[in-house]
Amino acid sequence: MTDLSRIRNFSIIAHIDHGKSTLADRFLQRTGAVAERDMREQLLDTMDLERERGITIKANAVRLAYAASDGREYILNLIDTPGHVDFSYEVSRSLEACEGALLLVDASQGIEAQTLANAYLAIEEGLEIIPVINKIDLPAADPDRVAAEIVGVLGGAPEDAIRVSAKTGVGVDELLDAIVERLPAPDGSADDPLRALVFDSYYDTYRGVVCYVRIVDGRLSKGERVRFMATEQHADAAEIGILAPAVTPRPNLETGEVGYLITGIKEIDLIRVGDTVTVAANPAPHALAGYREPKPMVFSGLFPTDGDDFERLREALDKLRLNDSSLVYQAETSRALGFGFRCGFLGLLHMEIVRERLEREYDLDLVATAPSVEYRATLTDDSELIVRSPQDLPEAGKLQSVAEPYVKVMIITPSEYVGTVMELVQQRRGDIGEMTYLTPERVELHYRVPLAEIVFDFFDQLKSRTRGYASLDYEPDGYAVSDLVRVEVLLNGMPVDAFSTIVHRDKAYFYGKGMVERLRELIPRQLFDVPVQAAIGGRIISRETIKAKRKDVTAKCYGGDITRKRKLLERQKEGKRRMKMVGQVEVPQEAFISALRIDD
Amino acid sequence: MTEAANRPVVDWRSLPADDPVLADHAASWRSAYVHVPFCRRRCPYCDFAVVTPQERPAGSTVGDYVDALLAEIDMEPPWRPLDAVNFGGGTPTTLDAADVERVLAALQERFGLAADAEVSIEANPEDLTAAYAARLAAARVNRISLGVQSFDPAVLAALGRAHSPEQSARAVAACRKAGIASISVDLIFGTAGESVDSWSETVAQALALEPDHLSAYALTIERGTALSRAVAAGAASPDPDVQADMYEALVDQVRATPLVHYEISNFARKGHACRYNLATWAQGEYVAFGLGAHGHRGRRRRRNVRRLDRYLEAIASGQRPEAGADLVGGGAAEKERLMLGLRRRAGVVAGVGGRALAASEAGTRLAAAGVIEHTLGRLVIRRPLLTDEANRAILDLRDRAVRDDTSG
Repeated sequence: MTDLSRIRNFSIIAHIDHGKSTLADRFLQRTGAVAERDMREQLLDTMDLERERGITIKANAVRLAYAASDGREYILNLIDTPGHVDFSYEVSRSLEACEGALLLVDASQGIEAQTLANAYLAIEEGLEIIPVINKIDLPAADPDRVAAEIVGVLGGAPEDAIRVSAKTGVGVDELLDAIVERLPAPDGSADDPLRALVFDSYYDTYRGVVCYVRIVDGRLSKGERVRFMATEQHADAAEIGILAPAVTPRPNLETGEVGYLITGIKEIDLIRVGDTVTVAANPAPHALAGYREPKPMVFSGLFPTDGDDFERLREALDKLRLNDSSLVYQAETSRALGFGFRCGFLGLLHMEIVRERLEREYDLDLVATAPSVEYRATLTDDSELIVRSPQDLPEAGKLQSVAEPYVKVMIITPSEYVGTVMELVQQRRGDIGEMTYLTPERVELHYRVPLAEIVFDFFDQLKSRTRGYASLDYEPDGYAVSDLVRVEVLLNGMPVDAFSTIVHRDKAYFYGKGMVERLRELIPRQLFDVPVQAAIGGRIISRETIKAKRKDVTAKCYGGDITRKRKLLERQKEGKRRMKMVGQVEVPQEAFISALRIDD
Repeated sequence: MTEAANRPVVDWRSLPADDPVLADHAASWRSAYVHVPFCRRRCPYCDFAVVTPQERPAGSTVGDYVDALLAEIDMEPPWRPLDAVNFGGGTPTTLDAADVERVLAALQERFGLAADAEVSIEANPEDLTAAYAARLAAARVNRISLGVQSFDPAVLAALGRAHSPEQSARAVAACRKAGIASISVDLIFGTAGESVDSWSETVAQALALEPDHLSAYALTIERGTALSRAVAAGAASPDPDVQADMYEALVDQVRATPLVHYEISNFARKGHACRYNLATWAQGEYVAFGLGAHGHRGRRRRRNVRRLDRYLEAIASGQRPEAGADLVGGGAAEKERLMLGLRRRAGVVAGVGGRALAASEAGTRLAAAGVIEHTLGRLVIRRPLLTDEANRAILDLRDRAVRDDTSG
């Protein structure tokens, strides 16, 4: 049994690109967990998509054996956290499994909103923080400024921050020693009934659901009958072990340890992040605090361009869900787009990742409808209706009021962009809150904004207005009644749900006009005039016409070169592949994507 | 010879140019295409196999090329007598009438020429003196297709043409005087800068010459041409809506004449439809000789090399100068039959492919939009300017859905 005092469980909190994966790789290398020849850049990010986007979707946990400068050997469990705003609940569970965290900041960039939000989260969870300033080898590095900024945000002294270059290895030993010296050891009770926190899980085709657990109290032994306390699932601990980082089965996991558990359960739904595992025969009286059902925030309809792909889309979603219990979906029928699914996502990035994976890994051509949030409509008979799609919003006559979800937004930006950021937030119906100067050059801004305004290209706008320097974090902040209307977009007289949306009345005309003009540009001319209209409750607020195509013929026969003519037509036909029939109108798939990007 | 004996007897000269019987019968005609690549200069819109004097391989003469043509004709397996011969280019009128005669003699020798065979040659107006026209007529040429293009000097300049409107008129007169049976005036419309009014004036002047046949092609920007490079560099490209206006004006103007609109871009008096083209649109077979020439025989579509040195080398070494070939059979052949046939006002026998199109979703939309009509067993194009919409729908049909009808 490992002495609790020799264990350190920690996470790395960092912004995208600030070098978390490189540092993790360096730890693995430095502690001999991975042989030089197996070293691959960013080992912890396993999925291609993650590697490409430079973000981490699923957490991992790696056990490192480190011979510290005090002459003793310690077990360091590095628990990786997802790196995006959409996954804050998952982050909080990963942090819950730790006693400490490294706050990793790029020496040339400074602290970012999300990093700070996660650092605050870690402090709330009672974690000890070690500030780490990375990339000190870069010419643009300004570690003194960054250290001052960290002091401004978290307190402490500038010299608390450890300066490293994960790339060159400078400072890494000192950091490993600091982890041992400054982070507390776990303090669970080995004699109590088992309580293990599930902080991550993934689906393995052969083994079923593999979950990562942190033993908070007691001991988990192979073969025991265990119970998942929130989902009330019983199963056998078929295999337990650690990741060093290779899968290493073990007979037991002790208090304070981190490892994996395989039960043979196949449905990822039944093993939820944040749940508590206990022994069925001797259960803990209370589960660990903080469990939350995964709750989608953003909804969008996904439709295959080719109606025949509906079943393939269903299979692909089923497969994705094996690994992503936060993805929810149900079949939906659209008059304009045919059969598809209304999907719920944790946030916009989550939505984009899912769509990209469906297109890339499952070779599907998809049309996504405008993202929507979950509205709460109160009807004239006082009943309440949850509205996740503009189509579900009853007509005005049946409505008392509609409430929309709000979020608390934190933005960190260089102070020169404060004006433009405020302007953006005001355009998005945001209420201005606190404003704190982290340093004279960097400001932390707080707002309360309707979520619907955030999901609609807010992040892109923020980035473009601040040349990419601003960062964003948000969390749910209740509902409030707003003057909301559904703007319908009609193509050739038929409402197209992909372009319809629920917006504030003040913005309805702007949205409708913009969408109609955009569609006139994006949709090629057809065999007949196609009216494009925007309407609120049957009243047309904007109209354009896509004039009928008049000439589409190659006059010549190319001197008997029939093959060439055929090939030319074949090429044109390929271009038409990615068209979606909306009623009688051919709409290019790009139109669905481009039309939803409205510039201010 | 039994094959010839089995052919239905159709007096094609007695039928209107848009008659379905004529259109379908043309499938049984056999023709030959002879490519003459030489041009004094390259027109900015042209992407045919062309050789300018500077590009001609050192030491090689037009005579060498004609020798090669004769050799190539002898490489083609013998056939039934030809119903049509077409000299295209390039500029076929760069040949001496004697050379035209030599080629015709070789074709006669190898395949035979039907008594009523059409012998057609493309000509630049500036080449057609009365004497030259007379020599061509004596060589058995009975149809001349005049590259008039326009009667607007600005348009002629934009198209890089060397002749004047007056030369065009004189050329028509010269042909008529020489006794050429069919005279076609060929026009191009929709050049950037050309107005609808200017085009109507061109059409009016062309019609005033009372040609037997009129071709009017919308200018197309072909890849690799000087025009396409200019457009890529920012020059105005033809506006399809303006071209549509011009086309409609043209059809209106021609309606008042004895010319019948028998194909998207072609008009003819009774008995003067171009036999070679009718055969092509009926998916008929043709042998082809010369640079970049395309032939169709026995379900095989073949093409010759486009470079003169390679062509001459191949011939010199006793090889057919073929650059490639495709076998067209089954569903592909049926689709091709429809696409070619739809160009004609007479339409095309619907057959299995036409029925599949009419039943398809795209076909239904095309019919609803008045682009095609499926009537009395024929598929007919009603809005010729949208023919490519129909063509893509035809290509989209599943091969299996359109097979079997025409095989055998």
